[in-house]
Amino acid sequence: MEDGENDGKRLVFVTVGTTSFDALVKAVVSQNVKEELHKRGYTHLLIQMGRGIYSPPKCDGADGSLAVDYFTFSSSIADYIRSASLVISHAGSGSIFETLKLGKPLIVVVNEDLMDNHQCELAEELEERKHLYCARPHTLHQTLTKMELDSLVRYTPGDGTPVARIIDRFLGFPDD
Amino acid sequence: MLSKCTFGSLLIVLSFFLMVRVLYVLYRCGKPFPKGASPSFTTLIVLGSGGHTAEMLSLLSVLRMDRYTPRFYIAAATDNMSLQKARSFEHSLPDKLLAVKEDSLRFSQIYRSREVGQSYVTSVWTTIVAIVHALWLMIRIRPQVILCNGPGTCIPLCVIAFLFKVLGIRWSSIFYVESVARVKKLSLSGLLLYNLRMADQFFVQWPQLQKNYPRAHYVGCLM
Repeated sequence: MEDGENDGKRLVFVTVGTTSFDALVKAVVSQNVKEELHKRGYTHLLIQMGRGIYSPPKCDGADGSLAVDYFTFSSSIADYIRSASLVISHAGSGSIFETLKLGKPLIVVVNEDLMDNHQCELAEELEERKHLYCARPHTLHQTLTKMELDSLVRYTPGDGTPVARIIDRFLGFPDD
Repeated sequence: MLSKCTFGSLLIVLSFFLMVRVLYVLYRCGKPFPKGASPSFTTLIVLGSGGHTAEMLSLLSVLRMDRYTPRFYIAAATDNMSLQKARSFEHSLPDKLLAVKEDSLRFSQIYRSREVGQSYVTSVWTTIVAIVHALWLMIRIRPQVILCNGPGTCIPLCVIAFLFKVLGIRWSSIFYVESVARVKKLSLSGLLLYNLRMADQFFVQWPQLQKNYPRAHYVGCLM
């Protein structure tokens, strides 16, 4: 797994997509999580907080601690993911696959406040296949202490070709 | 007295023919078309918020656009991003694959049957509104192919499409791809379309689902 662009900066990018996920934002800026990230050599924490209400305190990291910044939305988070060394994301499939396709280490945090939480099915399946780590807001710190990013397996993107072939054949088109 | 009898028997005869027609439609659903049936098909693409649109675009990017044209996109009224993404996709196509004219009907919004988290009781009324709106759009578009992948938006449209098949208004082949986020259980849309046998072809992206739903095609992840 590749590091982001290096000037000594190692960025942790947190994204909640278009949702509101204050529990994750609060967990990420909690003291023991920040300490663990700092211990592992990360220097910057950037949070995309979506529709969340809780604004974390910003920090410029001048005292050697983790630098913290946040914003609400962006039309495209691909560049942020590309410059990150670690991504912590909500369990939306869009965010998950965007990160996996860019080959970045990923921790998916499942939002327990969502009713009918089918999202955790996808995160747990991908964790079983060793493509990412899966956590809840209150277990994030534990996951960070135990994770071994080098053991993650790079995800091979799929595509719609098998579907297209079946639909084409069904409608009477010749095989290409 | 007599008119009551004839009316009653007329109703019974009509119901019988309707039942036979429905059974015929269910039988013909899922039967492949003969080779060379048509050079192209009017296609309706149903978009949904979140990962749904991304998955749909992933499928569209490997379909031959000259076979699926003219194309119409429908997204939920509260979903602002999906139609924008569809427009970008259409504009990125080489000129000769673009549909013939820019038409306001091509990118439409539809009232949602149910918002995420909405109570099921109030959903009954909003679903009725959605069905009437769906009818209006379907009458104008009359697609031959419908591509959908999970959002509740597709249910009224698929119900209308099935009705059109039964009434002989238009034969729409429905292709349903269950979302990649569904690993072990189908979504409500998927359950409806699978159990009522309304989809001509049903696709799932994880092997666990194919075990539980054997009439589905397992096609791996689209993403």
